[in-house]
Amino acid sequence: MEFALSEEQELLVDSVSKMLASSCSIDELRSQASGEKTFSDKINNEFIEMGLNGLLVPEDLGGSGLGILEASLISEQIGKFAAPAIWIGNSVMTPVCLSNGDNKELAEKWLPKIAEGSSTSGIAINEFISKREDNGLSVNDGKISGISIFAIDAEKSPDIIITAVEDELYLIETANEKIEISNLPTIDTTRVMSEITFHSCTAHKINGGKELIKKIIDSGRVVLSADLLGASQNMLDKAIEYSLERKQFNRIIGSFQAVKHMCAEMASDLEPCRSLVWYASYAQNDIPEEAHLTACHAKAHLSEVAHDIARTATQVHGGMGFTDLLGLHYWFKRIGLTRQILGGPEIVRKEAAISQGFLNN
Amino acid sequence: MDLKPSPEYIEFRKEVKSFLKDNIDMTGKARNPARPSKKESEWQDKLIKNGYAARTIPKDYGGYGAEPDVLKSRIIAEEFTNAQIPLGMANQGISMFVPTLLELGTEDQKKSWIEKTIKGEVIWCQGYSEPGSGSDLASLQTKAVDDGDDFIINGQKIWTSSAQFSDMMFCLVRTEPDAPKHKGISYILIDMKTPGIDVRPLMTMTGHAEFNEVFFTDVRVPKSNIVGKRGEGWFVANATLTHERGMLGDPNQASTRLKEIIDLMQSETINGDKLIDNPVHLDRLMRLQARVMSMSFNSLRSLTASHKGLDAKMAKLIVKLNGCQLNHDLAGFAIDLLGELGTIYGKSNHDHDSGRWQWRYMFDLGLIIGGGTAQIQKNIISEIGLGMPREPKPMQEGKK
Repeated sequence: MEFALSEEQELLVDSVSKMLASSCSIDELRSQASGEKTFSDKINNEFIEMGLNGLLVPEDLGGSGLGILEASLISEQIGKFAAPAIWIGNSVMTPVCLSNGDNKELAEKWLPKIAEGSSTSGIAINEFISKREDNGLSVNDGKISGISIFAIDAEKSPDIIITAVEDELYLIETANEKIEISNLPTIDTTRVMSEITFHSCTAHKINGGKELIKKIIDSGRVVLSADLLGASQNMLDKAIEYSLERKQFNRIIGSFQAVKHMCAEMASDLEPCRSLVWYASYAQNDIPEEAHLTACHAKAHLSEVAHDIARTATQVHGGMGFTDLLGLHYWFKRIGLTRQILGGPEIVRKEAAISQGFLNN
Repeated sequence: MDLKPSPEYIEFRKEVKSFLKDNIDMTGKARNPARPSKKESEWQDKLIKNGYAARTIPKDYGGYGAEPDVLKSRIIAEEFTNAQIPLGMANQGISMFVPTLLELGTEDQKKSWIEKTIKGEVIWCQGYSEPGSGSDLASLQTKAVDDGDDFIINGQKIWTSSAQFSDMMFCLVRTEPDAPKHKGISYILIDMKTPGIDVRPLMTMTGHAEFNEVFFTDVRVPKSNIVGKRGEGWFVANATLTHERGMLGDPNQASTRLKEIIDLMQSETINGDKLIDNPVHLDRLMRLQARVMSMSFNSLRSLTASHKGLDAKMAKLIVKLNGCQLNHDLAGFAIDLLGELGTIYGKSNHDHDSGRWQWRYMFDLGLIIGGGTAQIQKNIISEIGLGMPREPKPMQEGKK
């Protein structure tokens, strides 16, 4: 029994962290927020160079064949730097979808391209979890039509889009299809959520049904919880750093117990979250019977803790936290968006209760 | 990360299981929290002989003499708990005093006390807190005045659990009144039968006396009863405080409580509907379940660190603060589930839980305060864990 990261995992974290530290500054986040797209292209090229897009792609299809735990560790770093990286949909949920079940042809066609970064994949699965307004997709004669909102990693005209309609998964090769993609103006400018309209698009059915849809969502939720972990840890670190510089009443404010206790509470809430994220990530590959429940708990619990930390860490910064000068709000907003995507806490906790037989579906 | 046990531990778990199977007649037997009966003493001896109690205490001092292995200790705890067979005795003498003596005691002291303590022949209480010295423990005032081969002790201790049936007390007293407060304290062993000791039960909000006050009037204690060096008692005591904080906020207790709560929700009804069918209750249950899980995974992480001889740092520092609050929140949830019936606290036809959850809700508030208050824990976390400075001392009166 060993509940710790391996040396290789530590090295992976270190190299991703160094790459993001040098290329993902607050100024870059500002340029992204103002709508300049060059910055996210730069980050995505760095990811491709490091081979991160193929992290979960099996080795025989050109990837590294690693697991959700490694994906979460990278996601934690992405959250820490609020990096505008194409990640959860393209590099996590897509390989989980195509390398599971019996979809050899599609996997062999697309996963090598995903791994080398020559193709990208978007995930339009929101309506499976939460159908809003009159959005939603329908299938007629193998053709998909309709609107899906809050699609992930779809902003750069993806080559494929994976979606779910009536408990079945479909893959749409976008090249010759009529598809409109527009960006949703959410609070979070560090990542793009998209609205996709499909006009009678030819779709390949992916075998696996509801079970595989759930598995993909579980993997997405766990990896999002790691993003929340990184974002929260960064907000706490920044709050402590600021409290040790800022002086009032001739003292650094970090020497006041009122401030110290806010920081201690954040640390006390956050530290066990790291173990929950590790366990839930590990379970996705190694403890299948606990994969769904721990994924639900990781997503919901991290959302709650991150929400509190976003608020408290901003307060430790006083008025400066409220301004744009320090850019702390990028994390506040990133946490705010992550909390709601692939199911907000109440939706996810309901699923956790259902999965234990406490509630009927 | 590899949560699969290695063959050595699979084998060890089998051994434990087979021992428990051979001793199935002990199932459901509760331990007397005070003094062990003859049967309990025999059970304790058997556990020590087989390495399931006093496992890492050297053979010379009556223990089993195994190398420390936190994973094996955990397997023992898990299997005994699952089988509902009583584990080795647990009291402040065994969990706090013996480790201190092993680290800092003289050979004579080890020989005199360890074996008797682990076998339950000598019961200890802890004399640390005083009415005027709680969070600021180092300001303690119980005086020990030098008198030939002895000290004469005068003063008062409080929060002394089990003092009413203890044989001995490990106690902090001020032996050097002129030294700075942390350097004037000695750690001394006091025979509770010495003339001049008065133990008075301390009634708490639970309606029971879980603690005592102990008064010392001219109590004569031999100087040879000091553990460590004279004046270094603060250092000696800190060796045991770490042991205590590890015990409070234990995640296994939270997991057990969560199971009890799920049983409660499946058996209790309101207006004929089971509590478990109420989605509002379920949402709260799921929130607590995630917290319980996080804390038990956090303990796995600490366990791996200590197994490798590493310091788990923050993962360890937060256990008391987070774990005690979690236990208290679980008790509060159980009371809300029981609703108006959850307020019954005494003999009644409408009593559903023997007042258990109310008692826990009150006693656990005491645990949030005791063993280093939540606020002291936050100071420790922020200073040691986060590197924030100590609160500067206020300027003394008269100085500007």
